Amino acid sequence: MLAASIGLGYFLLVRGDFKLGLDLAGGTELIYEADTGDVSPEDVGSSMQALRDVIERRVNLFGVSEPVVQVETSSLVSGSEMHRLVVELPGVTDINEAVRLIGETPTLEFKLLTADVATTTGTTTIGSVFTETGLTGKYLERARLEFTGGLVQGIANEPVVALEFNSEGQELFAEITRNNIGSILAIFLDGEPISMPVIREEIITGTAQISGGFTPDEARELVKNLNFGALPIPIELVSTQSIGPTLGEETVQSGILAGIWSFALISIFLIFWYRLPGVIASVTLAIYAVLNLALFLFIPVTLTAAGIAGFILSVGIAVDSNILVFERIKEEVRNGKSIRDAVETGFSRAWTSIRDANITGLISGVVLFWLGTSIVKGFALTLSIGILTSMLTAVVIARTFLLAISSEKISRFFYLTGFNK
Amino acid sequence: MFVVNHKKIFVILSALLVLASIVLVFVRGLNIGIDFTGGALLEVSYAENMPDLESVKVLVPEAESIRQVGADGYSIKTRFLTDAEREELIGKLIEQNSSMTVKKFSSVGPVVGQELRNKSILALIILLIATIIYVAISFRKVSKPVSSLWYGLIAIVTLMHDVIIPVGVFALFGLQVDILFVTALLAILGFSVNDTIVIFDRIREQLNDNKENNILEPFGVIVGRSLTQTMARSINTSLTVFIALAVLLVLGGEATYTFILALAIGVVAGSYSSIFLASPLLVYIASWQKKK
Repeated sequence: MLAASIGLGYFLLVRGDFKLGLDLAGGTELIYEADTGDVSPEDVGSSMQALRDVIERRVNLFGVSEPVVQVETSSLVSGSEMHRLVVELPGVTDINEAVRLIGETPTLEFKLLTADVATTTGTTTIGSVFTETGLTGKYLERARLEFTGGLVQGIANEPVVALEFNSEGQELFAEITRNNIGSILAIFLDGEPISMPVIREEIITGTAQISGGFTPDEARELVKNLNFGALPIPIELVSTQSIGPTLGEETVQSGILAGIWSFALISIFLIFWYRLPGVIASVTLAIYAVLNLALFLFIPVTLTAAGIAGFILSVGIAVDSNILVFERIKEEVRNGKSIRDAVETGFSRAWTSIRDANITGLISGVVLFWLGTSIVKGFALTLSIGILTSMLTAVVIARTFLLAISSEKISRFFYLTGFNK
Repeated sequence: MFVVNHKKIFVILSALLVLASIVLVFVRGLNIGIDFTGGALLEVSYAENMPDLESVKVLVPEAESIRQVGADGYSIKTRFLTDAEREELIGKLIEQNSSMTVKKFSSVGPVVGQELRNKSILALIILLIATIIYVAISFRKVSKPVSSLWYGLIAIVTLMHDVIIPVGVFALFGLQVDILFVTALLAILGFSVNDTIVIFDRIREQLNDNKENNILEPFGVIVGRSLTQTMARSINTSLTVFIALAVLLVLGGEATYTFILALAIGVVAGSYSSIFLASPLLVYIASWQKKK
């Protein structure tokens, strides 16, 4: 078991692809406030979601790796409700570029697919050529999700997206559809086609249905996006954080070094003070560290500088549980119990202390998590995970080891101070 | 035993430290970071020919403060900057010295800043209350000679001591109080109460034992003995955490330096308060209650 975990640990450290927070990888965090003043309350939620989606699409267009775009609503402490968009762009250190990526208002366009797509001789070039129609989001009054009841084209209850244009749009739309029956009218959001329905007939009512085998979710998405194209919410930049890559790198290096040294020093201390149980504690600690790292990798937990500090801190705390048990065992032995009994009793009696102490630590972690920005959250998370795993290792693993070795003859090696029967 | 016999000294010492910290905060003021006040912080470093402080000051008259950071950089603090203003500022600095690179930039709008401040204070209060409740419930069965509520309250007093002292130190040295500092405080609260609980736990056990075996002992003696028994464990634990922190202080990067420092001070204060403050206070309360 020991060999396995050491192997695993090595593998993780060297090859593990840990998710690094902005302050370690370098990157930019932008927080926008959305002016929802003009939006009716029930639409706010979906408008914010639409806003989020559009911005994520833009960010992805520029090939940012693993961006994070999130809606944040804060109301608890500030009285009125404020809606924000938090955008994290790892690796983007040019703030100007980042802001430019995001700051433009989204565009909705309708374009016609020209019928003659040329295929060059020999090779087939798939090139769709689109012509502008002049019909854009500003003519769209509203989009709505509807279900066709009955027998439209033989399919009952198919989700469709109903469009409603304003009066100018109505005219323009009528013209387009009249002249291009049978062609495809592609709908573009931010330069990317999101739907390519076929024009079946002239439409003079200024309403249209886009039906194209949508699932209800797809249809809902489309409605959301169209409405957003029609009603953009103005956004304002309220907070920026940008960290250059070199600072981050330094922090990672020193963090790793610090981690190794702490581990070494603590182990030395433990072995010196507790001898053989100390060795066990160190081994348990190693397993503990590996377990934590594995959890960080698989959950995954975004590591920040504070997060690494939290982890190293929890290593110190993990030792606590072990020490509690050892001291208790020492006492039981002093009271005259056999080694084996002492170990058993030691563990069970120390448990209440361990439990109480760690729960308070966890409460602290939870509060921190609620409070913080992403940097703080990293700390709270690593600390909490650390406390939980420490409870596990202290009780389960250490116990197994100790029981395994607690026969009378080895007990000579226990404790610096020896013990008297 | 030693601690209990000299409880007066220790309690007074703690009180003095706390008082000194509070006075320091009012006299020196706290260097509150932009996380809470709003504003902008620009950290730059120069590859060569770093301009001296005065010339940078002249270039950026509106800066609230300009500090040197490390051997080759400055940290410039101003009010909240819009995009355009930030570009302008960076432009000016590059013009002055083209080897300048931006290491870090933060800009926080005033509303966001204030919100964070409120949230932090709320978090601290919530944590304190949650702790009282948890300790009181945990110790509810041990109501003699000191009611369980008192255990909770004393725990809070020690926690406040653990928190006020780092604040005092930061005020003394003018170190920045930002969201990381608040994080450190909350973390300290979280595990400082550990130590205190372990000692209380031992006292509780002894009280229960005595009850079972019908032994009557002065409360002070019980507390004293509990302390002796748990002393090794208490110190060792804090020591290991402190080792971890010390290593981080020495080897860790500058990004987390003040953060680790706050944690380290808190851990030392926490260890001290559990042993030398919490228990003496308990004995005081016990004798006070007996007199009633």
